[in-house]
Amino acid sequence: MPDQLLWAMEVTANGLLNGVMYALVALGFVLIFKASGIFNYAQGVMALFAAMTLVGIQDGRVPFAHLINAIFGTDIHYFGWEVPALAAILLTVGVMVVFAWAVQRFIFKHLVGQEPIILFMATIGLAYFLEGTSDLMWGSEIRNLDVGLPQGINPVIDEATFNLFGYGFFIDNLDISAAIVATLLVAGLVAYTQYTKQGRAMRAVADDHQAALSVGIKLNYVWVLVWSLAGLAALVAGIMWGSKSGVQFSLSLIALKALPVLMLGGFTSIPGAIVGGLIIGVGEALFEFSIGPLIGGATENWFAYVLALVFLIFRPQGLFGEKIIERV
Amino acid sequence: MNQMTAPAAPQDGYVTEDGRTIGGVVMEMRNITLRFGGVVAIKDISFDIREGEIRAIIGPNGAGKSSMLNVISGFYHPQEGEVWYKGEKRPPMRPYQVARQGIARTFQNIALFEGMTVLDNVMTGRLNHMTASILDQAFWWGKAQKEETANRQKAEEIIDFLEIQNIRKTPVGRLPYGLKKRVELARALAAEPKILLLDEPMAGMNVEEKEDMSRFVLDVNDEFGTTIVLIEHDMGVVMDLSDRVVVMDYGRKIGDGTPDEVRSNQEVIDAYLGVSHD
Ligand SMILES: Nc1ncnc2c1ncn2[C@@H]1O[C@H](COP(=O)(O)OP(=O)(O)OP(=O)(O)O)[C@@H](O)[C@H]1O
Ligand SMILES: [Mg+2]
Repeated sequence: MPDQLLWAMEVTANGLLNGVMYALVALGFVLIFKASGIFNYAQGVMALFAAMTLVGIQDGRVPFAHLINAIFGTDIHYFGWEVPALAAILLTVGVMVVFAWAVQRFIFKHLVGQEPIILFMATIGLAYFLEGTSDLMWGSEIRNLDVGLPQGINPVIDEATFNLFGYGFFIDNLDISAAIVATLLVAGLVAYTQYTKQGRAMRAVADDHQAALSVGIKLNYVWVLVWSLAGLAALVAGIMWGSKSGVQFSLSLIALKALPVLMLGGFTSIPGAIVGGLIIGVGEALFEFSIGPLIGGATENWFAYVLALVFLIFRPQGLFGEKIIERV
Repeated sequence: MNQMTAPAAPQDGYVTEDGRTIGGVVMEMRNITLRFGGVVAIKDISFDIREGEIRAIIGPNGAGKSSMLNVISGFYHPQEGEVWYKGEKRPPMRPYQVARQGIARTFQNIALFEGMTVLDNVMTGRLNHMTASILDQAFWWGKAQKEETANRQKAEEIIDFLEIQNIRKTPVGRLPYGLKKRVELARALAAEPKILLLDEPMAGMNVEEKEDMSRFVLDVNDEFGTTIVLIEHDMGVVMDLSDRVVVMDYGRKIGDGTPDEVRSNQEVIDAYLGVSHD
């Protein structure tokens, strides 16, 4: 087999793994948008905050240490213990649930019925507030995140592909485990919304608020639930990205990767987010591989957006969105 | 002052001509006043609803009928007055709380979950009968599974009752208007409500559809003993179906009694003939 084709296959495989991650971030957006019509600008910062919190808990850092020290003239930074990864993850999930509750209680409960643009502005405010809180709580230095996921080249795939093609594919274990975890989470979320009582309530609220109220659904409860699930998606995305390149501010920019996915998949479609993520993951990897060298590289920064734009022109409702027909 | 008093009915119920038993007062509206800015949608209205009866609210457009239903179901909150339910004064409540007290409703402008199937819509009506916790649900443990099956069965019974089996799996958005109205009734019924509030369930229907819907309303009342509050414009339908009628006009109550009584009430006749208000 020609080398070019083999490399392309390797690139495709890596692109797919990235795509799963994009899908995960996009899913966080879709959950909230469907249920409340809020486009959550803070989704990326939530991933950063979740990852920071996880590292902080794992390392036994004292939250708000700077603040405490400044006020009381103390010099404390660590509790002096370390929390096992699994326990720290569960605690972080708890923090994200509290965060979801607080967002609903202190912000969106007061904005029910407002224009979408106002809700969007509120999430911009929320994003910067959360970023500041994250700094204040845990500091802004780059942190290493290690929850025990396997790292490095996967020897099995390397060997198998070498025996098959005479060329060993470089696929990182971390990417594989990230893809597996993300797939499980996505599958779990889809099953949850399709087959459970809360899922049915979520879909009901996403469809019609008034009707949902009339059958006894408490909107606030459902909104806390979707923000919690979005927080969970943010945490998983934060863990994966953070394990790869450290936890730092740039982590919050993964939200920018989710935007074209949403444009492609539609803002209200869970399957759309998944397929859109995969298309963008593979598309940008292949484009960078084939065209990138000719035009100076770094196409990953913009390719996804151009692809999404072209797509928008021909199918504004996204891949799986219902075709919008104005009734006259 | 033309203060209509409700007809003297026996305190603890009676049996109707067609042999149905009407019980005591289950809900009572006392001096309800509802304003929207300068508009007085409901002006100092009182009436009661007896257990097992079909209670109609009629009146010209803009009379305040839907507003009254919205007050009962917690969508609107009156500035003055009290709502009494099962012998107790009800504190101000959100719609979901009212629904959980066994009061289900339909809307004048149909509010269904358009993207969901008929069966799923009806199943949402069962939500308050499902008690499995969020963890049971998330992990699909025994209890949640059993509950889902039991509730599914109930939903199917209602679907059969309203003769919409053939569209069970159809997304509601694709249904014609008349069927949507019926699905909305099915969803409300699925909650097994004590009181069912119907806001113009037959509006915009053809004669045949109206006959079907009338039959269903009567059957629901008869078979399940559900108390029904019905807003309807078609006088023929109202006279046929209801045990007692409240007549509203410009936010006021101008009549209250059996169909025969209100029909012979001069003020009601005037309101319907469009005699000028002074
Ligand atoms: N949410 C609202 N905001 C402002 N005004 C309202 C609102 N709801 C009702 N109204 C006003 O209250 C009055 C009564 O309206 P309502 O819908 O209760 O009448 P109705 O008897 O149901 O009429 P129809 O037969 O046309 O359905 C009208 O003047 C209406 O404009
Ligand atoms: Mg009305």
